[in-house]
Amino acid sequence: MDLNVLWFILIAVLFAGFFFLEGFDYGVGILLPFLGKNDDERRVIVNTIGPFWDGNEVWLLTAGGAMFAAFPQWYATMFSGFYLALALVLIALILRGVAFEFRRKDERATWRGGWDWAIFIGSLLPALLFGVAFGNLLRGVPIDASKNYAGDFFFLLNPYALLTGLYGLVLMTLHGAVYLSLKTDGELSARARRIASTLWLPALVLLFAALAASYGATDMYSKLGVNPGPIPILGGVALLSVIWFLRRQRDGWAFVMTGITLVTTVMTIFMTLFPRVMISTLNPDWSLTIYNASSSPYTLTVMTFIALVFVPIVLVYQGWTYYVFRQRVSRKSLAS
Amino acid sequence: MDALFLARLQFAVTTVYHFFFVPLTLGLSILVAIMQTIYFRTGDEAWKKHTEFWGKLFLINFAMGVVTGIVQEFQFGMNWSEYSRFVGDIFGAPLAIEALLAFFLESTFLGVWFFGWDKLSKRVHLAAIWLVAIASNLSALWILLANSFMQQPVGYTLRNGRAEMTDFFALATNPNIWTQYPHVLFSGVVTAGFFVLGVSAWHLARKSNPDFFRRAFQVAALYASIGAVMVILVGHSQAQHMVQNQPMKMAAAEALYQSQDPASFSLLTIGDLSGRKEVFAIRIPDLLSLLAYNQFTGEVKGINDLQAEYVKQYGPGDYAPPIPLIYWSFRGMVGAGFLMAFLALVALYFVLRNNVEGSRLLLRVLPWAILLPYLANTTGWLMTELGRAPWIVFGLMKIDQAVSPASVVSGVSVLITLVLFTLLYGALMAVTVYLLRRYARVDPDIETAPVGAY
Ligand code: HDD
Ligand code: HEM
Ligand code: HEM
Repeated sequence: MDLNVLWFILIAVLFAGFFFLEGFDYGVGILLPFLGKNDDERRVIVNTIGPFWDGNEVWLLTAGGAMFAAFPQWYATMFSGFYLALALVLIALILRGVAFEFRRKDERATWRGGWDWAIFIGSLLPALLFGVAFGNLLRGVPIDASKNYAGDFFFLLNPYALLTGLYGLVLMTLHGAVYLSLKTDGELSARARRIASTLWLPALVLLFAALAASYGATDMYSKLGVNPGPIPILGGVALLSVIWFLRRQRDGWAFVMTGITLVTTVMTIFMTLFPRVMISTLNPDWSLTIYNASSSPYTLTVMTFIALVFVPIVLVYQGWTYYVFRQRVSRKSLAS
Repeated sequence: MDALFLARLQFAVTTVYHFFFVPLTLGLSILVAIMQTIYFRTGDEAWKKHTEFWGKLFLINFAMGVVTGIVQEFQFGMNWSEYSRFVGDIFGAPLAIEALLAFFLESTFLGVWFFGWDKLSKRVHLAAIWLVAIASNLSALWILLANSFMQQPVGYTLRNGRAEMTDFFALATNPNIWTQYPHVLFSGVVTAGFFVLGVSAWHLARKSNPDFFRRAFQVAALYASIGAVMVILVGHSQAQHMVQNQPMKMAAAEALYQSQDPASFSLLTIGDLSGRKEVFAIRIPDLLSLLAYNQFTGEVKGINDLQAEYVKQYGPGDYAPPIPLIYWSFRGMVGAGFLMAFLALVALYFVLRNNVEGSRLLLRVLPWAILLPYLANTTGWLMTELGRAPWIVFGLMKIDQAVSPASVVSGVSVLITLVLFTLLYGALMAVTVYLLRRYARVDPDIETAPVGAY
C-alpha cells in the first residue's frame, strides 16, 4: 500500500472519529433548548458534554491539518471553493464554543437563554452543512483544469446535497438524543429516550432516501472506487436496531449503533470517492485524486511516522477521559 | 472590490484578534500551574483559592483563544489557496503536527482539569494543568515553525512549481525559531505577569482582601520581571538575526534610508511622502550598530541600497514594506517593553522591601499597564509580518501571488465574511472584557463561583 492511500485512509478515520464524537455534541446542542425544561436541566445537558466537546472538535482541526499536509491541493480547492459555506461553519463554531463557557457566568435568564440559542444554532449549522459538503463531494462539483472550483455558493445547495445534509443533521441529532439518555438520569433521561424514538424513523427514511437519490445523482453504484461491500448494509442494520435497544432501555447499545451508522456512512463515502478526493463534473481528468493532489513522498513519509506514533497516544488519553467522566450527570451531582 | 486588499485586511483582523488571547493563555497557564504546585506541596488552602481565582479568568480567555484559532486553521485554504498550493508540502506539516501533538493534549486535559477537581487524585489533577501549560506552549512552537519558514525558508527545494520539503530536520530547527520562540514565550510571561499584577493592584488599592492579593502581587512581580528582562534580551538577538536575514525589515523599522557605518538609532524620524528620503531625524549615534552587532561599528544597510540590490536579484519591483507602519510598530513594541521592564522592577523592589502597598501611585498605574503587553504583542506581529512585505514567503513568493483567485473567491465574498467576522469579534470582545472585569473584581473570599461544572 502506498502512502497516498494510507493518508486517504487516515483522513477518513479522522472524519469518522469526528462525526462519531462531535456528532453527539452537535445533537446535544441542537436538543438543548427543547429538552431542558428549566435552567437546572439545561445545565445538566450542557455538562454531559462539558469535559469532552473541545477535545472532540480537535478531530476536525486535525482532519483539516492532515488534508493540508498530505493533500494540499484538496485543502486549497475545497476550502476556497466552499468559501461561504465554511465561513458559516466557522461562525457557528465560534458562537458555540464561547457559549459553553459564557452561559454559566451570569444568572440572568435572558443571558443564559441567549447563549442556549447560540449553542443551538452553532450546533445545527455545522451538523447540516457538513452533510451538504459531503453530498457535494460525492456528486461532484465544477473544477477546472487549474484545479480551481468554478461554481458558486448556490451551486452547493442542490437538492441532493440538501438531502444528505438533512440526513446528517437528523442522524447526529438522534445520536445526541441517545447519548443524553445514556448520560443523564430519571425524567430527563426518559424524555431524551422518547425523543430518540421519535427521531429514529425520520433518520431511517432519510438514510434510504439518500441511498436511492445517490443512484441518480452520483456514480456511486456504477463506478465504485472500492466496493464498500457489506459496510453500508451494516450501517443500515445498525440504525434499524436502534429502536429495539431504545425500547428495552439499553441506551449503551443504542449509542453504539447510532455511532456505527455514522462511521459506516463516512466509510462508504470515502470508499466511493477513492481514489478521487474531489470529483470534477466538467471533465473527469480534472478531478483531484490522491495522486495529483498530494504532497511529495518525502513529506508523506515524515508525516506517516509522526501519525503512527501520536495517533495511538491521543486515542489512549482521550479514551481515559471518557472513563474518568463515565458517570451520569444529574442535578445532584452538579450541586455538590 | 479588491479581493487581495480585503483578504489581507481579514487576515490582519482575525490573526491580531487571535493573538489578543494567545499570550495570556501561554503565560497564565504556566502561572496557574505554578500556583497549584505550591498548593500541592504546602497544602495551604489559600493557594488553592489562587488556583481557582486565576484559573477562572484563564478559562474565559482560553475559550476565546480556541474559537478564534479555528478560523486561523481554515483561512489559509479559504483566502490564500494559491499560497496553500505553493507551500502545502511544507507548511501543512507543522500545522497538522500542532493539532495532533498539542491541541489534542491541551483541550483534552483542560477538560480533565476543570471538571476533575474532585474526581481525580491531587497528583493527577496537578499533572492535568501542567499538561495544558506544556501543550499550549508546544502549540506555539509548531505554529511558529510554520511562520519561521515564511521568514526564512529552509529545508526545501523548488520542484513542480511549488516548494517541496527536502529536510524535515532543517525545517524543525529553522535558525529563525531560536529567537522567535523564546521571544513569544516570554512575551506570554510578561502578558500574564502584568495581568495578575494589574488585577492585584486594583484590589490592593481598594484594600479588598489584601492578604490574598498581596501574595498574587509578589508572585506576579517576579514573573513579570523575569519575562520583561528576557523579552528584551531575546528581542535584541532577534534584531541581530533580522539584520542578517531580512535587512530590509530592519531598515524599515529604523527608517534608515541610506546605509550607515557606524549606524545610528532613530529616536524620531519623519520621512517624505515618497518614503525614500528623510525630512527630519533625531538619532543616537552608533546605537544601531551596537544593537545589530554588539559593537560600536558595523554597517547597517539602508532602504535605498537594499531596494537596488533586490531589483538586481529578483527583478524589477518595489521591495520596501510600508515604512511608517513598521517604524512606529517597532517603536511601540520597544517602548512598551522598556516601560514594562521599569514597572515590573519597581514592583519587584516593593515586594523585596516587603511593602507591596507602599506606593499608591504604582497601585494606581498597574491596572492600566495591563494594556502595555497587548500593545507590544500586536505591534510586534505587525512589524514581523508587514515588514516581510512584499513577500509572503521571503524571497520565494509575493503576497499578491498568494491570494485565492478572484474567480473562486470574489471580492464580494471576502467583504461579506470580513464584515461578519468583524462584527462578531467586536461583540465577543465586549462580552469578554465585561466578564473578565467582572470576575477580576470579585473578592475570592466572598463570592465563590462553582468549579468543576459549567
Ligand atoms: C505563539 C503562539 C500562537 C500563534 C502564533 C498562533 N496560535 Fe493558535 N493558539 C495558540 C497559540 C498560537 C494557543 C496558545 O495554543 C491557543 C490559544 C488559546 C488556546 O486555547 O490555544 C491557540 C488556539 C488555536 C486553535 C484552537 C485549538 C483548540 O481547539 O484547542 C487553532 C485551530 C489555532 N490556534 C490555529 C492557529 C493558526 C492556524 C495560527 C496561524 C496563523 C495560529 N493559531 C497562531
Ligand atoms: C498570532 C500571531 C500573528 C499575528 C498577530 C500576525 C499578524 C499578521 C498581520 C498583521 C499580517 C499582515 C496583513 C496584511 O498584509 O495586511 C499578517 C500576514 C500574514 N501572516 Fe501573520 N501573524 C501572526 C502569525 C502568523 C503565523 C503563525 C503564520 C503562519 C503560520 C502567519 C501567516 C501569515 C500569512 C499567510 C500572511 C499573509 C497575508 C499578508 O501578508 O497580507 N501569521 N500576519
Ligand atoms: C524592548 C525590547 C524588544 C526588542 C528589541 C524586540 C525585538 C523584536 C524584533 C526584532 C522582532 C521582529 C522579529 C522578526 O521580524 O524577525 C520582534 C517581534 C515581536 N515582538 Fe518584540 N522586542 C522587544 C519587546 C517586546 C515585548 C515587550 C513584547 C511583548 C510583550 C514583544 C512581542 C513581540 C511579538 C509578539 C513579536 C512577533 C513575533 C516574533 O517575530 O517573534 N516584544 N521583537
